[in-house]
Amino acid sequence: MITDSIINDFSITVGTVNGSGSQTSNLTLQRALFKMGIPVSGKNLFPSNIQGLPTWYTIRVSKDGYLARSETTEVMVAMNAATFAEDQAAVAPGGVFFYADDIEQAITRSDIVAYPMPVEKLARESDAPPNLRGYIANMVYVGVLAHILDIHIDRIRQALDFHFNGKEKPIALNYGVVQNAMAWAAENLVKTDPFRVQAMDATDGYIMASGNTAGALGAIYGGVQFVSWYPITPATSLAESLNQYLPMLRKDPATGKNTYAVIQAEDELAAIGMAVGAGWGGLRSLTSTSGPGLSLMTEYAGMAYYAEVPLVIWDIQRMGPSTGLPTRTSQGDVNLVYYLSQGDTMHVVLLPGSANECFEFGWRAFDYAERLQTPVFVLSDLDLGMNVWMTPPFEYPNTEIDRGKVLWEEDLGKIENWGRYLDPDGDGIPYRTLPGNRHPRGAYFARGTGHDEYANYSEDPDVWERGMERLRAKFETARGMMPKPEIVTKDEADIGVIAFGSTDPAVREAQDHLADDGLPIDYMRLRALPVCDEVRDFVRSHRRVYVVEMNRDGQLHQILSLETPDRAANLKSLSKNNGLPLTADWIEGAILAEERK
Amino acid sequence: MVTQRNPQVNLVNLSKTDYRGDPTTLCQGCGHNSISSQIIAACYELNIPPEKLVKFSGIGCSSKAPTYFLNRSFGFNGLHGRMPSLATGAMFADTTLIGIGMSGDGDTVSIGMGQFKHVMRRNLPLVYIVANNGVYGLTKGQFSATAEEGLALKGQGQNPYMPIDIVWEAVVGRATFVARSFAGDPKQVRELLKAALSHRGIAVLDIISPCVTFNNQDDSHHSYAWGRNHEIALHELAYVPPAEEIMVEYAEGESKEVDMHDGSRIVLRKLGADYDPTDRSKILTMLEEANRKQELITGLIYINTGQKSLFNLYHLPDEPLNRLSPDRIRPPRETIAKVNAMMF
Ligand SMILES: Cc1ncc(C[n+]2csc(CCOP(=O)(O)OP(=O)(O)O)c2C)c(N)n1
Ligand code: SF4
Ligand SMILES: [Mg+2]
Repeated sequence: MITDSIINDFSITVGTVNGSGSQTSNLTLQRALFKMGIPVSGKNLFPSNIQGLPTWYTIRVSKDGYLARSETTEVMVAMNAATFAEDQAAVAPGGVFFYADDIEQAITRSDIVAYPMPVEKLARESDAPPNLRGYIANMVYVGVLAHILDIHIDRIRQALDFHFNGKEKPIALNYGVVQNAMAWAAENLVKTDPFRVQAMDATDGYIMASGNTAGALGAIYGGVQFVSWYPITPATSLAESLNQYLPMLRKDPATGKNTYAVIQAEDELAAIGMAVGAGWGGLRSLTSTSGPGLSLMTEYAGMAYYAEVPLVIWDIQRMGPSTGLPTRTSQGDVNLVYYLSQGDTMHVVLLPGSANECFEFGWRAFDYAERLQTPVFVLSDLDLGMNVWMTPPFEYPNTEIDRGKVLWEEDLGKIENWGRYLDPDGDGIPYRTLPGNRHPRGAYFARGTGHDEYANYSEDPDVWERGMERLRAKFETARGMMPKPEIVTKDEADIGVIAFGSTDPAVREAQDHLADDGLPIDYMRLRALPVCDEVRDFVRSHRRVYVVEMNRDGQLHQILSLETPDRAANLKSLSKNNGLPLTADWIEGAILAEERK
Repeated sequence: MVTQRNPQVNLVNLSKTDYRGDPTTLCQGCGHNSISSQIIAACYELNIPPEKLVKFSGIGCSSKAPTYFLNRSFGFNGLHGRMPSLATGAMFADTTLIGIGMSGDGDTVSIGMGQFKHVMRRNLPLVYIVANNGVYGLTKGQFSATAEEGLALKGQGQNPYMPIDIVWEAVVGRATFVARSFAGDPKQVRELLKAALSHRGIAVLDIISPCVTFNNQDDSHHSYAWGRNHEIALHELAYVPPAEEIMVEYAEGESKEVDMHDGSRIVLRKLGADYDPTDRSKILTMLEEANRKQELITGLIYINTGQKSLFNLYHLPDEPLNRLSPDRIRPPRETIAKVNAMMF
């Protein structure tokens, strides 16, 4: 008996065994829903393991366009005997529990609807060779869910076509299993749950991309010329995407040759060393890593800051300290990248909040790095980087490539007094020359040791302080140049929230719910560090400002407290760091708890 | 009409002063200074415009040396043990440039062993000089990894560990040019440098370069006295520039020639036993033997001109990457729709 339908507003969680090949099925479901025009997000909550440990994939369908992880699961798919009981217990009351019928465990709840699925049987009956049966078995739940939830079979076909890149054989094989499972469900299951989907047009004009793919593509449009990297979860797919798309997009129009080079380095010490060398040499240079790699990159990051070498460093954050939780998301590297290296090092940091913005910052990062002659960090995270997001299409860069202040032979001919670290424009940014410059006065000797305005070695106290003051002045120039924060206001709000990065969907959802509940808040999403005046104004113009982030110590909160010491008491840290993407529920709860104190 | 060439300049019209660096701040008599002088001489004699060359180094007294030669060349004094990665990235910017990397024994086979091995494996065109003195000079005289077992140093006691042999590591690491020399043998250093500068690939030069302040006792294996008394040159080596005739005729079997990519040749005149530097298979035996006899073997130990250099693997345009105009590095506007379509 079906009561009121719940349409396009629930979460599906699929519990499987890691390495069993369920990713294809999960992405197929997600993509099919997307092609039905329903806002959808998918998150892979996976263990640090190649095969055997439990893994979950959550799909959220939301007619209202809320794409954050949800605290509740209305529809559970249990494919893993080891987590069967746990998965059953996790279903929201009134929810649905699909389970592989070869798992011989009891259905203990009476407040949910349970559907068995003949997974093994249908896999065996498929045309799949025995070695592929385990993988293909996952298509059974796609078919059964399609029938029960009303997912269009044509859309599933479309998703499979895409996934297998048009290759007939695997498409037919997978699609066959989906069709059989649908037919089986039609014949054998009676729908008694209220959940279903219905086509909308809310995804028109959107694409689906992971932040890492987007970042790599952005870098390609930014003219990346040199990439050095070392594999590490969750950054690997960024470099691998570069490897995938560079050959397609970056053949020299004049010669047909490659306008880039990618090196898989021996470690992160070398990865950043190469990137610094290339950046110094005048190439748009990039390296990508995560926490442990970043720790190894520390020394060269400081050298690049002090010797003023442009390069772009992507940090796809995962949970630290130490090796931590390699496959779990976090925003725990804010302080690390901001101050990375000894002495008074300070870095410019971009904070993308969507896959689309990963693309945009992918190309912009080079303009900032070369304009400012400094490393630019792009701080993404596992959730944003590795999961596939519905996002606006990538836009072709709307500004010309900015190579910054570079002098070639003819430029030097017109300048009497050039010194690598002179500041003739008063913005803290000097002029640089690049190796290969044939002008007899063009060369200079770069070093991480003390140097004067002409790049000569110096231990003179005044020279040192002058140099460091100029670097500070340059940082102030950066403050005014970086992308401005995005602000979403609500009527009559006098409290605010500041957040950044992948928490954006959760914060927006929380903001809407709180407004509905009578607590309007303004929301500022930071897009870069150092912060600009607008951020200080926001803090000063709100009675209280919550800083929402995914780490233990409220790292952004610390930075903002230093930026607005007069308002530090009104800045409240709301931080959560359990490895799972933040939810709107948690944010709402945390804010309400504070406000009702 | 014959134009009289100024004898004080080379073929690219530069005098030796054009190749000089800042005055050295290293100790008087430091082997590193003598290597710097030979770099200046070799580049001058090879008529390399200083702007065509880039210098790299790590950290150490040896790594300071690039300030003391070729002031008109670009240079980058990097981090301890990490000159190879720096050079690798930088050389991609303009692959027509010649690279010289200056390092020390600590810089190369302690902290930098990993990068040393990998830069050889990639065959980066780079003259990689290790100014090897058996100690950490700059941090005031601790044992380095090349210090011989039993070496006693002031304030350090006795070195209990076995030494690392840089040449051995280079040969095993598949460097395509491996040589050893001695800072007290400037002529050989110079000829080897010229050969190395003509090599298209990694050229490792392990140059025993005494630290007069911390490790120059007569019985120390990295001292001037030891070098003078124990050096056995494999051959007398002469670099013959492209388009120049070999002046001396050697009798059959008395010499061996190696053709370099740029048309130059290296002539190796036999001094003692037969030695073929193109044959990797016998080197380790030879080194073992020399070690047993406490000989400091110098000369061109291995050369392979047939291996592709790093840059041959990348299908790059002839024009330096760092001079490509923006329209050549940003995909055209019409591609963006295609890319979006690929995203689903
Ligand atoms: C990461 C790091 N660790 C330690 C040092 C200190 N340090 C400076 S030079 C040096 C040893 C240099 O020895 P070597 O390369 O043999 O050069 P030499 O001075 O003997 O020519 C050390 C350990 C440093 N600069 N950086
Ligand atoms: S301490 Fe030794 S290595 Fe350093 S400059 Fe003096 S002699 Fe040379
Ligand atoms: Mg040394």
